[in-house]
Amino acid sequence: MTDTFLLDDQTVPFTPGQTVMQAALAAGHHIPHLCYHPEFHPHGSCKLCTVKVNGRNATGCTVPAQTGLKVENDIEELRTLRQALVQMLFAEGNHFCPSCEISGNCQLQALGYDLGVMSAGFRHFFPRRPVDASHPDILLDFNRCILCELCVRASREVDGKDVFAFSGRGIHKHLIVNAATGRLADTQATAGDKAMHVCPVGAILHKRVGFAVPIGERRYDKTPISAQALAFAPRPAVGEGGEA
Amino acid sequence: MSTDLSELVIGACARHGNRPAALLQVLLEVQAELRHIPPEAARRVAECLGQPLSRVLGVAGFYAFLSTTPRGHYHVLFSDNITDRMLGNMDLLARLCEKLWVERGRLSSDGLVSVDTTSCTGMCDQGPALLINGLAIPGVTPERLNLIAELILARLPLESWPRELFVIQDHIRRKDMLLNHDLAPGDALRASLARVCEPGSPVEAAANERSWREGIPTGALCATLGTLEEIKRANLRGRGGAGFTTGMKWEACRNAPGPDRYVVCNADEGEPGTFKDRVLLSVHADLVFEGMTVAGYVIGARQGFLYLRGEYRYLLEPLRAVLARRRAAGLLGRGILGQTGFDFEIDIHLGAGAYVCGEESALIESLEGKRGIPRNRPPYPVTHGYLQRPTVVNNVETFCAAALIARHGGDWYRRVGTDRSAGTKLLSVSGDCARPGIYEYPFGTTVRQVLADCGAENTQAVQISGPSGVCIAAGEFDRRIAFEDLPTAGAFTVFDQGRDMFEVARNYSHFFAHESCGFCTPCRVGTTLLRDTLDKIAAGHGTRHDLAEIDRLNRVLRMGSHCGLGHTACNPTLDTLKRFPQAYERRLKAMDFVPAFDLDGALAPARRMTGRDDAAAHLATEARE
Repeated sequence: MTDTFLLDDQTVPFTPGQTVMQAALAAGHHIPHLCYHPEFHPHGSCKLCTVKVNGRNATGCTVPAQTGLKVENDIEELRTLRQALVQMLFAEGNHFCPSCEISGNCQLQALGYDLGVMSAGFRHFFPRRPVDASHPDILLDFNRCILCELCVRASREVDGKDVFAFSGRGIHKHLIVNAATGRLADTQATAGDKAMHVCPVGAILHKRVGFAVPIGERRYDKTPISAQALAFAPRPAVGEGGEA
Repeated sequence: MSTDLSELVIGACARHGNRPAALLQVLLEVQAELRHIPPEAARRVAECLGQPLSRVLGVAGFYAFLSTTPRGHYHVLFSDNITDRMLGNMDLLARLCEKLWVERGRLSSDGLVSVDTTSCTGMCDQGPALLINGLAIPGVTPERLNLIAELILARLPLESWPRELFVIQDHIRRKDMLLNHDLAPGDALRASLARVCEPGSPVEAAANERSWREGIPTGALCATLGTLEEIKRANLRGRGGAGFTTGMKWEACRNAPGPDRYVVCNADEGEPGTFKDRVLLSVHADLVFEGMTVAGYVIGARQGFLYLRGEYRYLLEPLRAVLARRRAAGLLGRGILGQTGFDFEIDIHLGAGAYVCGEESALIESLEGKRGIPRNRPPYPVTHGYLQRPTVVNNVETFCAAALIARHGGDWYRRVGTDRSAGTKLLSVSGDCARPGIYEYPFGTTVRQVLADCGAENTQAVQISGPSGVCIAAGEFDRRIAFEDLPTAGAFTVFDQGRDMFEVARNYSHFFAHESCGFCTPCRVGTTLLRDTLDKIAAGHGTRHDLAEIDRLNRVLRMGSHCGLGHTACNPTLDTLKRFPQAYERRLKAMDFVPAFDLDGALAPARRMTGRDDAAAHLATEARE
């Protein structure tokens, strides 16, 4: 007999040790998320995956699946919360979708569409965040960073390089690189690093490959993000320490 | 690089055994010496501790008392709690800046001085207060400020400043069972060691099982379990605000698997308006350490930490002296009171200006030398705390009460207070009253009683337990200080009829935005949006739409935030909005919506540059009416 829990009236099987998020995705159910990635330890900072577990709010990516849990996901109250969270992420950075190379492949943009975010919602902060184009193969555009920590985790857990970290606090929290000069070119970063391939938005861009796929034919142009749950489902670990 | 800097870093790292967990302590030493963490020092620290530079910079960038850019040879931080505001700290700050020819938040061109504000420094009963190079100066009057300015301009080293500037008062106004205690150092420990099992009691049965730690004589097990039983019988609940049952916490930690366990005393008293832990550490340090040692005995820990907030840096040496005295008296170290196997040591760890570290899991991260980010829970510290080992984290006052209970027993303790709130509570009373200070009351005391005792008149409101607590109005003064009515970590801030409760809420919104750790989206962005909304209302641009916006922000913060900081960040605004709506309404414009962006205000630099301020140089907008 398999262990199961209830996700919005659907029965979801799980194996012991799985989180609600892992089990839901593996069963083809999408729970909105940005800082979750199947190959890394979850930490639950973006809060997009907030669900109600037996009536209490919890992040789906960190809460362990248990037999008999009643998990609410696709309900109005949570949709309103998630819309506000997406609006907050748009407000604190500088996100200009029409001129962004990642448009159509961007999870933040895709979630915005999927959740029906139709307006700015909050006053935008327009922070000053200079780009770092020092590296021969990678462009860092901090304007689009949503502080999901995936590149930090990938660099530490998979690449073993600690290229990225966070500094600052509160609204001044920001991504930094591991070099006295503060330039990516002076770190051990290479284009093949795992860290350079996990950004859910357009903060880490590979040079000379822009617009290889035309806008309109990209991943989330074709199918909404909520219909791609299996693409985010847990997969075998890569490298050491990256248990999924 | 200079040899001096190299020696400084190597020395600081070596003093801490080059352990990565000592990163924050090492950075504090570098900061104290050089007034900032220069790039070369950061690089050397990373090297010495075997850490990536990015981690060092990440920690340096998290704590308010660390800086990677130069600060003045004299770095002055004015405490900016609402009580300091009420005592005119902003005028004093402006006056000092003027005298020293420096802009707030900037370094003077000669590098001599920098002046800024900081979150509440825990001197609310003797404000306005400031920190100079980390040392507290309370009761800043214009006269004292003039003296400070003169001393700075004379470049006199801090050690040569008049001692009376740095004298901190205890202001103990009402004593009860805790502040009146008659324990000599070691009394609680001796009572714990001597505790015997009553034949046939559950304690005896549990002791005989000897399941958790092999090789301990039944007698010792009986004594530890017997002491635990007294703590449980006392129904002692945590004094840090959350009120978790202490006996249950200790028992869970004691029963958690694994060889090493830790006792942590949370002296990161950061809640604006709270200062009772400061007084306990000044006057009753022995009792605090005794309680920690009792906890170590009960759970089987060999190491304890006191996490002392950076604002109380001046207490570090006196506390170390108390520890040394206790070590010499056989109350710390190996074989305490001659009992083989009873080993316990206490180290003091300094905080560095981060309110969020008062949250126990963030405090543990900080103890490990990291950015103070609250952890995901479960697992809880009792099973996965410091270095992922079982850890008990309790408030200063909780350890004091535990020492009393270890000495006098649980029944003695619980005869005071109410059924659900045993014992007494220390209140830090400040604001509009004649006698601010420390008041110890049995649980169940009414707010009205406290107001009468402290000499408060025409009281409009009381903020109970600081901004993360609750604000109550005159109609609620018969409510009681107790877990079942008004739970509190101790802050009791009084506002009389003359105070503008909107400004109180606005001050607290700035506090939360400044102290949000930035980990989760709702708190990182939401606290800033709340602050900006209140600033907009204060500037006269607020509308009904903004009140709805506050409500919306509250729902997002409450539902989505990672920890209590975000959950409670809107409380002061909502409480005051509900109880004192007129404080908001008189500021609102009649219309439904006004943009936050002030078009005319944006033209100010252009006016300044062209030297114009005539009517034609202003935009006539409705917002300026």
